[in-house]
Amino acid sequence: MAKSNKPIIWGTFAAGGTLTAFVTPVLMVLTLLAATGHLPDMLAYDKLHAFAAGWFGKLVIFVIIFLSLWSQAHRLRCTFYDFGARADTLVATTVYALAGVGSIVTLVVLARF
Amino acid sequence: MTDNRMAIRQVELEVLRYNPETDQEPKLQKFTVPCVNEWCVLDALNYLKDNLDPTLAYRWSCHMQVCGSCGMMINGEPKLACKAMLRDYSGVIRVEPLSHFPIERDLVAVADDFMAKLKRVKPYLIPGEKRTLADGEYKQTPAQLERYKKYAMCINCMLCYAACPEYGLTPKFIGPGAISLAHRYNQDSRDGGRDERQEEIATSEGVWECTFVGACSDVCPKHVDPASALQQVKVASTVDWYLEHFMSWVKK
Repeated sequence: MAKSNKPIIWGTFAAGGTLTAFVTPVLMVLTLLAATGHLPDMLAYDKLHAFAAGWFGKLVIFVIIFLSLWSQAHRLRCTFYDFGARADTLVATTVYALAGVGSIVTLVVLARF
Repeated sequence: MTDNRMAIRQVELEVLRYNPETDQEPKLQKFTVPCVNEWCVLDALNYLKDNLDPTLAYRWSCHMQVCGSCGMMINGEPKLACKAMLRDYSGVIRVEPLSHFPIERDLVAVADDFMAKLKRVKPYLIPGEKRTLADGEYKQTPAQLERYKKYAMCINCMLCYAACPEYGLTPKFIGPGAISLAHRYNQDSRDGGRDERQEEIATSEGVWECTFVGACSDVCPKHVDPASALQQVKVASTVDWYLEHFMSWVKK
């Protein structure tokens, strides 16, 4: 039997899963701090805006959003499968298409930013 | 101090009975078995067979959690009957053969599928470096031993297969036990057979059928943690894929 090409999808899934496990909680805490007005000066709006406007900031934001989307799309596909929904081609096409659209939208927004 | 360890307790067992030669379908049969509270479910079955119904069929051998023969569903959970202690159960105890396998008779599951898969993944040492007797032993550091020791504890009891929903849904899946054993040899510093095993386990019916439910590790009586073995195989196979497709000049 031929070796599978699944690593293409699983690579982004694993990387995205690891990333969201570490980064998402931090982002949530920072967002909460910002919402309650307890952000340190270093992370003030102007400074973060400047960071996000630079090419490096854009790259970081894109990688985080892209990998999160793809990992969650794959997680959702596996969840469907585990629950016995065997329409894998339909499910896979739908969730990956959503992740794809999300990635393109991210690119467009970042390019215009 | 009263010693009630030898107290007799009437245990109600609901045992799945099936004789493919005479029965249309399996059915549950109730037995009341006088048991010592410190017994395990296997002791209760042995008493039942010796004293109540000698036609009951089930597998067992060592009675000490090393042979892996007495795996069965106890109250719906895959367990070794010799490790399921009666003191942990109250009420009726339901005993059935391992899920996801055909029934040979009563509590005996047909293990042919697992045995065939085990053979496919070559779970034995394929020496990486040929040595003669005169060259002496293959030496290994404690750190090298630690890399595979956990996975070497597998006793082929098939509880992980009965627990795995993916194996239940897709029987061609090579499954947690066999892939963990392949990983055990892949991780061995003396071994050189990884490429041969990858041909079997880096496939869609190999490790990629796994969706990391983790039930295999929950039920493993020897704490092998098959789920971690399969995750490690996925990472290694992903690295392989990128090397094979984009950096074929790099040695794996």
